[in-house]
Amino acid sequence: MSIISNYIKKKNDAGEKILSIFLTSGFPDKNNFVKLALDVFDAGADMLEIGFPFSDPLADGPIIQASSQEALKNGINLQITFKYVKEIRKRTDRPIILMGYANPVLSYGIEKFADNIKNSGANGVIIPDVPIDEFDNFFNSSFDGIDKILLVTPTTNEERVKEIDNKSSGFVYCVSVSGTTGLHNKDKNLEFIKRNQKLVTKNKMLVGFGISNEEDVKRYIPYCDGVIVGSAIIKSLMNDDKNYNQALNLTRALKRATTETI
Amino acid sequence: MSQLPEYNLPDSSGKFGKYGGKFVPETLITPLKELEEVYSSLNDDKKFNEELNLLHKEYTGRPTPLTFAENLTKHYGKGKIYLKREDLCHTGAHKINNALGQILLAKKLGKTRIIAETGAGQHGVATATVCAKFGLKCIVYMGEVDMERQSLNVFKMKLLGAEVKAVTSGSKTLKDATNEAIRDWVTNVKDTHYIIGSVVGPHPYPMIVRDFQSVIGKETKEQILQKENKLPDYIIACIGGGSNAIGIFYPFVITNVKLVGVEAAGLGLNSNKHSATLTKGREGIFHGMKTYLLQDENGQVSEVHSISAGLDYPGVGPEHSFLKDDARVKYFSVTDDEALAAAKLLSELEGIIPALETAHAIAYLEYLMPKTIKDEIVVLNLSGRGDKDLNTIRENLAL
Ligand SMILES: Cc1ncc(COP(=O)(O)O)c(C=O)c1O
Repeated sequence: MSIISNYIKKKNDAGEKILSIFLTSGFPDKNNFVKLALDVFDAGADMLEIGFPFSDPLADGPIIQASSQEALKNGINLQITFKYVKEIRKRTDRPIILMGYANPVLSYGIEKFADNIKNSGANGVIIPDVPIDEFDNFFNSSFDGIDKILLVTPTTNEERVKEIDNKSSGFVYCVSVSGTTGLHNKDKNLEFIKRNQKLVTKNKMLVGFGISNEEDVKRYIPYCDGVIVGSAIIKSLMNDDKNYNQALNLTRALKRATTETI
Repeated sequence: MSQLPEYNLPDSSGKFGKYGGKFVPETLITPLKELEEVYSSLNDDKKFNEELNLLHKEYTGRPTPLTFAENLTKHYGKGKIYLKREDLCHTGAHKINNALGQILLAKKLGKTRIIAETGAGQHGVATATVCAKFGLKCIVYMGEVDMERQSLNVFKMKLLGAEVKAVTSGSKTLKDATNEAIRDWVTNVKDTHYIIGSVVGPHPYPMIVRDFQSVIGKETKEQILQKENKLPDYIIACIGGGSNAIGIFYPFVITNVKLVGVEAAGLGLNSNKHSATLTKGREGIFHGMKTYLLQDENGQVSEVHSISAGLDYPGVGPEHSFLKDDARVKYFSVTDDEALAAAKLLSELEGIIPALETAHAIAYLEYLMPKTIKDEIVVLNLSGRGDKDLNTIRENLAL
């Protein structure tokens, strides 16, 4: 069984929901990224998603776009990202997931990418522009043993949610809104999340996109196994504080919210 | 004329060989499938096709002429040159062929809000035009750099009632405008149809845009048979995303006519300031498709350059990637300077001021014509007129 889903199950069984934090690789400071990641774990993150940057991030809103742009300017690429993962893995057992777009992976070499995931100690991948329709062509057998986490969105019909659940491993990523990543004040569509909670039976389900504070977390966690927070954390890193206090405090507060209501 | 093997692409998964596909976020899969279903139901929809044909006749001004370029032919003193006059379409370029087809499609889909990206502004103007005619809300994304060099078209779109949204991310040109349009679509997919401007993007767009543009090739075939009683020897077109080219090529793909696509070599192929995707790119995944892509060693998309905003794009339609590998179409490139000289040449010799995009195809005649013989026929797709480019041309040509 997958390390990620085992971990989620263990936490859920102990009465906790999962908090997964997204960081952009090498952002905000490429020389201090490993420390940031470990501090985020210490502050209560159960899992870490590390986004490797792409020049044209279609599924991302302005905040993550800006962090990717900055990371690219600082020379961050997949090689460096795998070095970070290796260092982080030495100091934690919690799940680490790589997230990014298909083209940097294709360019790096799909097999080499899969090998490096295993060697570096990462546990899964999320590639939002490889939907199930392209899944088999992209994730060849070199990805065996790596969790491939797929997304469901408000436009995904029931039959397709089941198909996605079936192909996904680690967990299913339930996107809370039709839209890009970011801080939305769109209506939180709980009906759709409740529907998916019933349909996703093989995997655990985490909800993400547009979750920025404790209220958001509390609203969603009755209907899922955990939440994913990206833009709000990235935004809280966009200041001069070398100790990342704002981001770490936010992580602590979010984590508290994942345990309180249960 | 012998027939080549049957050509029936894309396949059911939206692939042209290994190219194409649907590399998009999950949110867009359902609307793409809907689009595909509605579009395939149109094949037998007599009313839809009659409506489109009538609009083309009464509104676009089709069929466009196939003009014998007598002076240009004399200038080279070799084969005969014909010009397929898409510059005479309403709004001044071939882009209206696609916009008109897709607005009817949007009506079928019951969408009330239209978005588009534009580089040169020609597709933006064409989309704003059909939205005005059909009373739909229109938002056009355009890079800040392009808004400056194509300011007249920005004004036209506004006059037509469209909202033009300046895109300030990345290189502030066509690729970034496309990113923003896709992000808008992901966010507003319920009521919004995305009228993409070329044979790019996820399936079924490359197929739909090709089909709507292939009216160019169908007319060309009839017209040349009528005038010359044979098919041409060569067909030339410029390549941005590749829609005017595939539009004129498509009905000839299964014949022996030599097909030539001309890309923008910008300041030169070794300058890193060009947009010659098929000549210098390699396989990538971009804007929802697998295709040739100009990118760096880390798979980051390159910032490209062309004097013509409509060719300033790091990707290319997936069908062209297939046709290149298959060697069915030959692809070349010409520089900014060659294109400018060609724009001047056509203006002086034929009294036709071409768009700078089109001027790239014209410039290729310098290479092609010396190799032709007297009774060979060359058809050039005159994809658009040059009004929008007068500022750029004036800045670059001392007259
Ligand atoms: C006149 C004209 N020709 C050609 C192009 C390039 O597009 P495509 O390669 O899709 O025909 C454009 C794009 O704006 C254009 O305006």
